[in-house]
Amino acid sequence: MAQGVWIIAEQRDGEIRKISYELASEGRRLADALGQDLTVVLLGSTIKDKAAAFGPYGANKVLVADDSRLEPYTTDAYVSVISQLVKAHEPAVLILGASVQGKDLAGRLAARLDVAMAQDCTAFAIEGGNLVATRPIYAGKAYAKVTFENSWPQMATARPKVMRISDPDPSKSAETVDAAFTLDDAELKTKVVDVVKDESGKVDLTEADKIVSGGRGMKGPENYTILEALAQVIGASVGASRSAVDAGWRPHTDQVGQTGKVVSPNLYVACGISGAIQHLAGMSTSKVIVAINKDPDAPIFQKADYGVVADLFDLVPALTEEAKKYL
Amino acid sequence: MNIIVCLKQVPDTETQIKIASDKQSIVGDDIKWVMNPYDEFGVEEALRLREKHGGEVTVVGLGPKRVTESIRTALAMGADKGILVSDEALTGSDSLAQAKALAAAIKELPYDLIFTGQRGVDDDLGIVGATIAELLNIPQLSLVVKVEVAEDGKSIKVQRPIEGETLVITSSLPALITAQKGLNEPRYASLPGIMKAKKKPLAEKSLGDLGLNSADFGPGARKLKILELTPPPARAAGKIVEGETPQEKAAQLAKLLHEEAKVL
Repeated sequence: MAQGVWIIAEQRDGEIRKISYELASEGRRLADALGQDLTVVLLGSTIKDKAAAFGPYGANKVLVADDSRLEPYTTDAYVSVISQLVKAHEPAVLILGASVQGKDLAGRLAARLDVAMAQDCTAFAIEGGNLVATRPIYAGKAYAKVTFENSWPQMATARPKVMRISDPDPSKSAETVDAAFTLDDAELKTKVVDVVKDESGKVDLTEADKIVSGGRGMKGPENYTILEALAQVIGASVGASRSAVDAGWRPHTDQVGQTGKVVSPNLYVACGISGAIQHLAGMSTSKVIVAINKDPDAPIFQKADYGVVADLFDLVPALTEEAKKYL
Repeated sequence: MNIIVCLKQVPDTETQIKIASDKQSIVGDDIKWVMNPYDEFGVEEALRLREKHGGEVTVVGLGPKRVTESIRTALAMGADKGILVSDEALTGSDSLAQAKALAAAIKELPYDLIFTGQRGVDDDLGIVGATIAELLNIPQLSLVVKVEVAEDGKSIKVQRPIEGETLVITSSLPALITAQKGLNEPRYASLPGIMKAKKKPLAEKSLGDLGLNSADFGPGARKLKILELTPPPARAAGKIVEGETPQEKAAQLAKLLHEEAKVL
C-alpha cells in the first residue's frame, strides 16, 4: 500500500533552491493530512551536508543520492535514480517544483513510472486519501480540480512562489539516509557542455519577489530606463508584455504572459499594459497587482489591487522618489 | 535527416472560455481552432534543419478531423507529408494515452529528430513530448531555444534557458525536442505553398490501424481525473488611487503599498 509524501528538492551548484522549502512546507501539510511521513529526496554530488536543512521544515527523512553523475542535473540520471527509489519505497504522493528543471524532470519521471501528473498546480489538498490538485488551464481562464485513478505515486508539480514556506523550527531534525541506486553510464545520453550565466545580478522573473513590467504604453525601448530606475529602488526585476517584446524593445526572456513566463511575485507593477488575457495568464497569481495606465477603461484595472489612472511617464518617476522614503 | 513534428489544435488565445454545465469540459461552439503556438516553432525549426541538412519533414497531428487544417498549414509552410491520428475513442484521453497513440504512429516512420511544442496552451500540461520520448526510448531535450545538428548528423547541441543561466546540452540522435518560444519566428505559409500543400500526402490512422486497443484510451482509461472546472478565483475588488497630481497619486500609492499591502 503506497505510503508517505515525497518531495524532490532542487539544488544548483550545491546550493538548495528556495522552491525546495516551498515543497517541503507544502509536503509537511499534506503528510499531516494523510497522517503519514514526509521524505525529501536530494540528488547531487557531495551534497549530503545540505540534507540537514530540511528537518526544520518538517521532513521526517532526507533520502540522499550522492554521485558525481548527478551534478549537474540531467534528465536521464535523475529519472533513473528517482524512479528506482520510488519503486523501492512506494510513496503515495510525489511533488516537484514547476521550475524549468522540475518540469523537465517531472514529465519524464511520470512517463517512466507510467503515472498521471498534474503540472504547475496552485493548490493541493487531500480528499479521501487522494491528492487533489488545483491548476490553471487555458492560460488561467479556467481552473481545473484534478485527482488520480490507478496512478501511484500521485504526482504533481507546484507553481514556484505560491506554496507558503513555513517558519522553520530549528528544534526539528530529519533522519538522513543514503539512497541505494545503480546508474549505468550507457543510460546517460545527454551532457551539459556549457553553462552561460545571464547578465550579472539579474534575478529571473519567475523567481523575483517584485516585478515592474512595461507594455505598449512605454512607446519605445529607451523609456525602459524609467522602469529600471524604479526597479533599482524597490529591488525589482523588469518584465515586459508581448507587445513590447514583439516590437523588439525587450528580449523575449523578459516576456510575461501566456507564451512567456508565468510569474508569481509579491508585487507586480504593470506600466502601460492594457491587460490582455494572454498577459494576465502570466501574472494572475501575483500577491499584489498595481496598474498604471492613462486609459481608465484598460482591462488591467479589473485585476489590479491598486489602480492609478495617470501617465506613466509622470507617475513612475514620482513613485520612484516616493518609494525611497520607505527604503 | 528525417524529422517528425507533432502538433495539435488549441482554442485561439482570444477565445472566451466557457465551462460546460457538466463542469468537466469547455463549451465547444464558437471556438476558433488554431495550431498550438509552441508546435508552430517545431514546424519552423524542422523546416530550417531540412533546408540546412536535407531530408524530409513529416507532420503527425492528433485529434478530431479538424486537425487536418493545421496539418495542411504545416504542409503549406513546407513540410513534406502529414499523418492525422484520429479516432472516436481518442476523445477525452489524458496525456499518457495521447502520447501512446502518437508514439505508435511515429514508430512506423524513420526519424532522427522529433519536435513537439513545450506544452499545449489548452491544458498547459507539457507532458506529451516527454512521454513520447520515454515510449520510444530516446533522450528528450525540453524547453529548447536553439538547435544545432552536428556535421555527421549523429548528435545535436541545444540551448535551454533556466532561471538565470542558459545550459548548452549535447545529445545523441535520435532525440526529441520540445520547442520553447525564442527558438525561431515561424514563417507564414505562402500562396504557392498553400497550393502545393493540397497535393502533399496526408494519411489518416485510427487506433486500430496502429494496432492499439481502444480500451486504453478515452475517459474510462484516464489516470488524471477531472473533478471539476471552475472560473478563475476572483480577486477582491481593487481600489483606484486618488490624487490631484501624479505626485500626489504616487505618494498615496507608495503609502498604501507600504502600510496596507506591506510589499514596500
